[in-house]
This record gives sequence, structure tokens and C-alpha cells, in this order.
Amino acid sequence: MTAQIRKIVVQVDEVLQEGGKAVTPPTRRALAMAVIANPYAARFSDNLDELIAIGEELGGLLGARCVKALGIKPADAHSYGKAAIVGEAGELEHAAALLHPKLGAPLRMAVSKGAALVPSAKKQGTLGTAIDVPLGHKDAAFVRSHFDAMEARIHDAPRANEILVAVVVTDSGRPHPRVGGLQVHEIVGQDGLR
Amino acid sequence: MFGLSSDLIDVRRVFTHVEEIHHEFGPVADAPLVRGAIAAVLRNPYAGSYHANIVPMMEALNPLGVQLAQQLCQAMGVAPDAIQGYGKGAIVGASGELEHGALWHVPGGYAMRELLGWKGDRAAYTAGQGGVSSGQPGNALSIVPSTKKVGPPGAALDVPLTHINASYVRSHFDAIEVRVPGAPRADEIVLILAMSTGARVHARVGGLAAQDISQWNGLR
Repeated sequence: MTAQIRKIVVQVDEVLQEGGKAVTPPTRRALAMAVIANPYAARFSDNLDELIAIGEELGGLLGARCVKALGIKPADAHSYGKAAIVGEAGELEHAAALLHPKLGAPLRMAVSKGAALVPSAKKQGTLGTAIDVPLGHKDAAFVRSHFDAMEARIHDAPRANEILVAVVVTDSGRPHPRVGGLQVHEIVGQDGLR
Repeated sequence: MFGLSSDLIDVRRVFTHVEEIHHEFGPVADAPLVRGAIAAVLRNPYAGSYHANIVPMMEALNPLGVQLAQQLCQAMGVAPDAIQGYGKGAIVGASGELEHGALWHVPGGYAMRELLGWKGDRAAYTAGQGGVSSGQPGNALSIVPSTKKVGPPGAALDVPLTHINASYVRSHFDAIEVRVPGAPRADEIVLILAMSTGARVHARVGGLAAQDISQWNGLR
């Protein structure tokens, strides 16, 4: 099954200063979204294999779009996250089928390594529904400076029979992180946590 | 680097948005329509009180306009000659006034027009005395359509898009919603440029077609 994509939206949010103080280098977060047809809209199916396959396809596609938009090498990615909004004719479980079984592996290829869990959010929604995509460091989930979220929203999606799938990749943490916790230079990067 | 052009220009954030539209429930486009917008979030030096003379900022915005126009085209992944539609807009934070958004008309519009091949005299247009010529005197002849508003952080602005050479080209009447989560703060302005590579994805309501532009006056 190949994703039936209606549109792809890519955003980059670059912060040059915050709190009146320059952010050097600027923090940058890239968000890539695809609006796809939901093959299981308006019908119950025990088997969700088509969406699982689409999730695998989109993990690679959207991850690569983020990295390209940032103009970085995959190894220079810092944090990531994923999310989906299911239109009214679908079920929350459809988002789970997209996000959880197979989306992660190709996303990790796109950012190289990726020992940590990919934080996720999902909801049902309608045109213009916003979802906050949670972010965590790709190699060590406990890195406190990289806990963040980026808002994802497309004004005309998802239609009832569609699903909006979002992936975020950054090359930085929050601007001016200063609440302690595990630091980037302390990452071991083996267990995905520290 | 943004924001080094003048004391008046202090950019906090730059937000780019690019969308590829493959279809809208009709035939899938051979090449997707690409639409993009770029938004700079900057300090509003006139926030908080009434300033009679705000014109200095208009000129100070020129370098920012050029940077944003180039960066938008680059983010869209196309050459300037692939751009067929454009628009611009501004969202002024709560401590400012609508008039502050109007500062963007000249520096935003002419930055895009010059990038796209406009050959006119910017100084004459700034003074409200546009030139008239015959034949196709370059590109980007149309007025750059715009919207502006005062709004809170996260306010959405529908930025109109029209054909770059003839405002009446019906297939290219469009709009792109632009919204920067968290901006503008009360003492900020969001300045926006928008471009597209073509007509609405399933344009089919007639009117002047792009290939029939003949007057080269920016209208038809």
C-alpha cells in the first residue's frame, strides 16, 4: 500500500533571540506533515496493515523532508517527535497503526542512530485541529534541555476521510535552557534514556 | 544574519512554511502546486505609544525584505522564474497599531518583485508615481496583494495570492493561511511574504488565463 498523499507541508521555526538575549546559534525546529487518505475510514477492520505500511513510508519521507529543510547532515539532528490527527470517519487506533509499529525505523535512518523512543501524540480532529508534537533528544530521552513541543496544524485537514501525520526534527534544544538535568555532553546513547 | 541592518530592525524569529499540493480530490497534478510563506517576527519599535513619524522603519526594512524573499524562494526549492503568484501581509501585536503593518507594503512588495524580475523604478513607486511602459517590461508587474491585522500570538492571517504579471488572472486568485505559534507578542510585528508556483490545483472557473496576458499593465 502506498500512501495516497493530498498535500505535504513543511515548516521551519528559527529562533534568533529569546528573552531579549541572542540565541547562538539559533535554535531550529522543522515540521513535516502529510495529509493522507485513510484506507479504513467509515469501516471497522481488525487488520490495520495498510496503515502500518503507510507509517513506514511516511517515517522515511517526512524525516528526510525535515532534515532537508534544516539543511543539516542526519547526524546533526538533535531531537524528534511524531503525531497524527485522525479525521472524523476514522478511529484513534488508526493513528496508532501509523505511528507505532513501523514509522520509527526509517525516521531513525533519516536522523542517523536514534536510540531513544520517539515521543508521540495522537488525537481525533477536524480541519484546522492543532496537535502539539512532543520532542525529546533522539539518543537519550532524559536530556532535559530538549524536552519541547511544536504545534502542528493545517487549516484544511484532516477531512473526515483523512489523517494528518506529522514528524518534527530539530538541530537544537530549547532557546536558553537553564533548568539543569542531563546535559547533551553527558549522553551515553546506549539505552535510549541517558 | 537577520537584524543587523538597522537599530529599528530586531528579528527574534523566522518561520517558513512550504506546502506541496498534489490534489484536492480531483486529478493528481503532474507537478504539485508549491505554495510558501515566510514570516519574520520582529520588535515593533513604535509599540506602546503613538508616533507621528514611522516612515524611517520603511526604508530600514528593505534589506530584511530582500533576505526574506530570497530565503522563501530557496525554501520552496524553486528558481525565481518558477514563481507565478505572490502576496504579503502583516500581523501587529496588541501594543501596536494597524498602521505599523502598513510599513511592509513597499519593502516587502518590491523585494519580491525585484527578485522575480521587475525592472521598474522603486524610488518612483515609493513616491507613488509608478511608471508606464508597453510590451512586457519585465516580470512581477502586478500589485502585490496584501492583508494586515492586529492580533494576539498565534493569530492566523489569510494572505492573498495573485498572478505576478496580471492581477486579473482568475486561475491564480488564491490565499494562504499564515500563522506563527507564539507570535506576535504585544510589542512585536509578524511580517509575511508569500509565493506560489501556479494556479489553484483544480482551477476551472474561466476568466483571464495566464497565457492570454496581453496588456502588460499589471492588470490584464
